[in-house]
This record gives sequence, C-alpha cells and structure tokens, in this order.
Amino acid sequence: MFKRLIVAAALIAGATSAYAQQASPDAPAGNAAKGKTLFLERACWQCHGREAQGGGAAGPRLAGRVAPWPAFSRYVRRPAEEMIPYTVKVLPDQELADIYAWLRSIPAPPPVASIPQLAPRK
Amino acid sequence: MPRPSKSKVDRRGFLKGAGAAGAAALAVPSAVVDAGTAPPEGAAAAPALSPEQASQRLAAETAPLDDEANPLVVADPGSDFMVDVLKSLDFEYIISNPGSSFRGLHESLVNYGGNKSPEWLTCTHEQAAVNIANGYYAVAGKPMAMITFAPSGLQHAVMGIFGAFSGRTPTYLLCANILDGEARRPAFDWGPHAMQDPADMVRDMLKWDDTPGSLQHFAESAVRAYKLAMTEPRGPVMLVVDAALQENAIAGRSRLRIPKLTLSTPPAGDAAAIAEAAKMLVAAESPLILAGSVARDEDGMRLLVELAETLQAPVQGGGRAIPNQHPLSGGGNVRTADVILALNEDGLFGRLNRYVDQQVRGSSPLLRPTAKVISITTYDLSTRGNYQNVERFQEVSMAIAGDPQATLPGLIEACKRLVTADRRRVIEERGKALAAASAQALERARVEASYGWDASPITLQRLSAEVWDVVRTKDWASVGGGVNRLWQVDKFYRTMGAVNGGGVGGSMSIAIGAALAHRKQGRLCVRFQPDGDMLYVNSALWTATHHKIPMLIVMQNNRAYHQEVMHLQRMANRRQRGMELASRGLPGSTLTDPNIDFAKMAQSMGAYAEGPIANPQELRPALLRAVARVEKGDVALLDTLTQPR
Repeated sequence: MFKRLIVAAALIAGATSAYAQQASPDAPAGNAAKGKTLFLERACWQCHGREAQGGGAAGPRLAGRVAPWPAFSRYVRRPAEEMIPYTVKVLPDQELADIYAWLRSIPAPPPVASIPQLAPRK
Repeated sequence: MPRPSKSKVDRRGFLKGAGAAGAAALAVPSAVVDAGTAPPEGAAAAPALSPEQASQRLAAETAPLDDEANPLVVADPGSDFMVDVLKSLDFEYIISNPGSSFRGLHESLVNYGGNKSPEWLTCTHEQAAVNIANGYYAVAGKPMAMITFAPSGLQHAVMGIFGAFSGRTPTYLLCANILDGEARRPAFDWGPHAMQDPADMVRDMLKWDDTPGSLQHFAESAVRAYKLAMTEPRGPVMLVVDAALQENAIAGRSRLRIPKLTLSTPPAGDAAAIAEAAKMLVAAESPLILAGSVARDEDGMRLLVELAETLQAPVQGGGRAIPNQHPLSGGGNVRTADVILALNEDGLFGRLNRYVDQQVRGSSPLLRPTAKVISITTYDLSTRGNYQNVERFQEVSMAIAGDPQATLPGLIEACKRLVTADRRRVIEERGKALAAASAQALERARVEASYGWDASPITLQRLSAEVWDVVRTKDWASVGGGVNRLWQVDKFYRTMGAVNGGGVGGSMSIAIGAALAHRKQGRLCVRFQPDGDMLYVNSALWTATHHKIPMLIVMQNNRAYHQEVMHLQRMANRRQRGMELASRGLPGSTLTDPNIDFAKMAQSMGAYAEGPIANPQELRPALLRAVARVEKGDVALLDTLTQPR
C-alpha cells in the first residue's frame, strides 16, 4: 500500500554489460583510488551500494556496466528519473571523473558457477 | 491520606499514595487486629467505645456468615459469560499487555476458561500485541483477539490498528473501559482508565465497533464483529467492554444466548461483466495481470496460476500471487500491455503511472493510449475518508466490484470458452517467449547477486542467498523480508503477503505472530529484520521466547534509518549543499556511537544470538548453528552488518 519512495535510476548504468568493455574516449582522466573514496564521501553508495553492486529498487548496479562518459555525466547532472541530482557545485567535474574512473576499474565478480550458494536448485 | 492531584498522577505518586492508604487502614480498629496489639508507631489511637457500641460491634463481628448473601464475592461474573462467547468464536489466542480495566475478563479467561481457546499471550506493549495478531492472521487466516484498555493501552495500540486497517486485517480488538463514574476508583480509574467513547480514538480505522450495554448485547455484537471483520474486504473491529459488565454477577443467565456465527461468502463479480472482461483478455496481444492481495489460501494461488496459464499472461505483483519462479511470474510490462487485469490493486495509479520525486513533481501515464484496464476488487466496497490510503484516482475501462478469488473460477471458465484454435496458437507462442524471458531474468538475478559477493558490510543479496542456501531443504516459511527471485516460493504459505504494521516498528511483531501460526506445522520461520524497526518494540522478542515460538531472525543491520539518510541527501543536493556527513554519520538518521548490540539485546530476553557479523565468510557457519537452535524450538538471532541497499 505504501508507495515505494525510491525507484531505480537505470539510465546511469549501461543497458548492457557491453559498456564495461567499451573505451570511453570522451572521459576526462580520473584517479580511480580517489574515485573510490569520493563514491563513499559523496554518498553515491547510499543507493548504489558500497561496491556499486546495485541496491535493488534504490539504485542500479554500476559495477561492470557503467554507461559511456557523455551519457553518464549528463545523467548525473540532470537525471531524467528518480536519481538524486548532483550539480557541479555539489560534485565538481574532476571528482565525477575520479568516480567514473573507479567505476570502470571495478573488477568482475567471481563467476556465478564458482559460487555454490548461487547455483540453480531443484 | 494525602489525595494525589489528578494532574500529577504518575507511577511514583500512585505507589506513594497506596503506601499511605495501607498505613491508614492499620490504624482503623477492626476485628482483624488483635486487641492486645499496640497500634503501629505514628498511627492514631483508636477512639474509646461506649459499652453499648462495643457490644454491638462484637455482635456484628462474631455473627455467623451467610456466604450466599456475601456482598464481597460473586459466583457468576459477567466475564465468565464473555469467555463462553469468545470460545464460541474459536479464538486460538488472545494477546494483551495487562490492565486493571479488564481484570475481570483476564481472571475468567485464565480460571473459568482454563487458559485454552483462547490461550493468553503475554505481551509487553500494546502496539506489539496488535501487530502479533496482524501477523498471526496472515498465516492462520483467522483473527486473533487482542484486549487492551482505554485510553492508555489503546493509545499504545494505535499504530498496530493502523496497520490492520491499512492491510485489511480482521484483527479482533476488545477495549476495556470503566463507564460508570461511581464505580471508578479515585484518581487512577479516571485518567488512564476511562473514556466516554474509546472507539472514537480509532474509529476511522475500524470496520465496525460497538459498546455493548448488556451481556446479551455483548454476545450479539461479538458475533457480529467477527462476521463483519471476516467479510470481504476484511478489516479490524473493536468491542468496548465495560468493567462493570465484566465484574458484576450475571443477571438471568438462562435468558442469555450466544448467536451462531455464519460467515458471509465472498462476493463474485457480475457474470455479464466477467464475460466481457474475458473477451478482452482472450483477444489481447499483450495481456498483463497486476495482482494485489488476491489469494487467501493455496486454492486462490492455484486459481491465479490457472488464469495466467489459460491466457499465458504474465503476473506482476506482491502478495501471494503465483509461485515466483513460475515462467509467468514477474514478466510483462505496463508500457507494452494492451489489456491489464488489476486484481485487488489498491496502488493502481502508482502501477500505471511514472512518478518522479524531483523538485518539480510530476507524473505521466505509462500506459499505451489504447490500453484497456479491467479492475476486479472489493476495496471499493469499504472505505474511510480520513486516512489517505487510496492513492490518486485511476481511470479504468471496466470496474468490477467483487472478490478476485471468488471471481476467478467464473473468469477462467469464460476465458476457456473463448479460446479458439487460432487464439490458442497465439497464446502458446506468447507463453514460450515469456518463459524464455523468465529464465533469462533468473540467470540475471544470479549474476547480480555475485557483485560485491565478498564485501563487508555484507551485501543484502549475499545475505539472502546464504540464508536461502541453508533453509531451502527445510519446510521453510518467510515471516518477512529478504526473499527474492532466487528463493523458490512454491507454496502459498511460504510468504505472508501484504501485512501492514502501520509503519516502521511493526514488522518484528508481525513476524512473531506469523511464526506462532506456523508453529503447529513445525515450519522453519525466517525473518530478515531491519535494525531501525527492531528498536521500536524490541521487547516483543520476549513474547516469542516466553511462549516458545521458534524463529530465525537475521538482522539487516545498516546502523541507520537509511531511507531517511537518502531523503536528506536528496534535499541537500536539491539545494546544492551536498552532504558529506552522510558517509560518516548523519544527525537524526544514523544509529552509531555507540553501536547497538542486538545479540546481547536478544540474549537478555532468552534468545540464542550471535553477532555482530560483518565478514561474509562467517555467515554460513553462524546460520547453521542458529538454524539448529531454531529446530530445537528456540528463537535465534544473528546480528549481521549489511550494506544499506
């Protein structure tokens, strides 16, 4: 009965995991280590999880499927859906570039087949 | 004795007054005091009696006692009859935090009623008591009785009653009151134990209430209340039970009669309208079923599966709709559907429209302009104006007043009659595509759960997967939270459906009530418990341990009211102030410094508990230990530190 307060802002994540493998030539240089810290300090983790693993209804997974820089940066500044907007004043361009660099550097998770708890069950 | 001021009656003042009263009683000359005993120090000396007065007093104090005419006792109190009435309604349990306004009924339930059917459940807070009753109904399918008193106890109960109202739960409330001012004890019975109209406090949330003036009236209203509570759409009811009616002797017992309870059958939708709806559904290219609270039992779930399979239509929705790994579960899309069947959907506007919580609020339809919406619901049959639980008004193409489960057999038959060979081919092709999409979605869910697998704090996805892996071979039942697509919800009783506790603070108690209802079947009950909710009425845990209600509680402890953290971040960003504080501790929303030790809290109330557990590698062994304790009949709690989302 209670309306869900937070819904997914799916566009910040690429539609497919193929984005993770694509180069993003338009992206400014970023410091991935700083980006990881900023991801926490600027509260991105609140919806997307501390590992950018996705927070269910609150925010989609970004690890492994972050969108190309033009779409990513534009969406962060002016989200069309439910995401909390981050203007330049709140999150300067360089900080956003650092976060982007970290998101693109996140290693792939272990294969599902290697995790017994996630194996299909009958 | 000094009379406490009405405006300053508190527990300390009451006890002080009671002590003074005791001392004064000792000072009064009486046969119970040995004449040779000196009065207590400080007590007034007894006034001297004349010989005539002494003689009269001696005669009075030594005269033979007539037990039949003893005004100090009652052989047949009204509350005994009330117990007969409650027994006729087949209540398994009555739950309460005790109160003197219902001391008569309390004593009758225990002694006259033998503390069976209903059995008394001891609870430490009225809000918890109502919510335990709410949770019990969700599994047992029948009401639990709850008793409190006006106004204080009822005020504590209000949030639980709001939950019953919101969740359309037929919780059966009894509220004791001391109506007659002459019968009230000074001071204490006037303030926290008496009202003119107690039900007025919660009437906006009740389906029905009454204040019986006689025992016959009580019997009739008690049966009526039960019947109305259980008539669709269901809802909470309340009887105000006068203390004098409980404590006074029954007058004319032979004339009293308890009416027979006959429940109303749920109303099916109009046959002509159902036939028209079937035409639309069978002709649809992309039908979609939005399921609210449809099924009351396993049969309701089976019927919805049958309708979905007849149409090969995807089913979206909470509650206990169809098994969650059924090929038709969870698929489809409101944006592409051409015919939508909404069943007891009380949030239909929210399902069919996009709403964005940005500075400029707005909503826009998700539906195709030509899409048809058919609504079958009982929710329009009983509404209240004050509480705004109706959402915005949603236009529909066809509105059928009826109970979905009662309507489904007719709708299924009507659809089957209309399926031609050509339509069957189209329907089967649609089913194949939906089944393939469903299988892909399940695989995607496995991949999603693998991200952050080794993170600490533990991801919610890993927590859920670890618990599932431990309980999946058991006869398990979720009593709230944490169950996702990777779990196999294959039976009606695996989940609770839409149970409402009135807001944060109710769900722990709901889980206890549900686990109680599962107890006789020996099911392993699992509850995923947020920390913020736990802190409201955590003493409900004691009711679970005291009454030996086995259950596994796995904390989702993010040490915050995290949803509020996100709301504050939204406000700060909208105002371009940012808010780095949120990562370190947000005033008003985070629950750190000191951290709360939920394991110790649970242990203090007799539960087995471990934690805090932040390392995901430690989860499985802890779960195995906890489940072993639950299977022995214990309450077990694991305080697991999790990511907030």
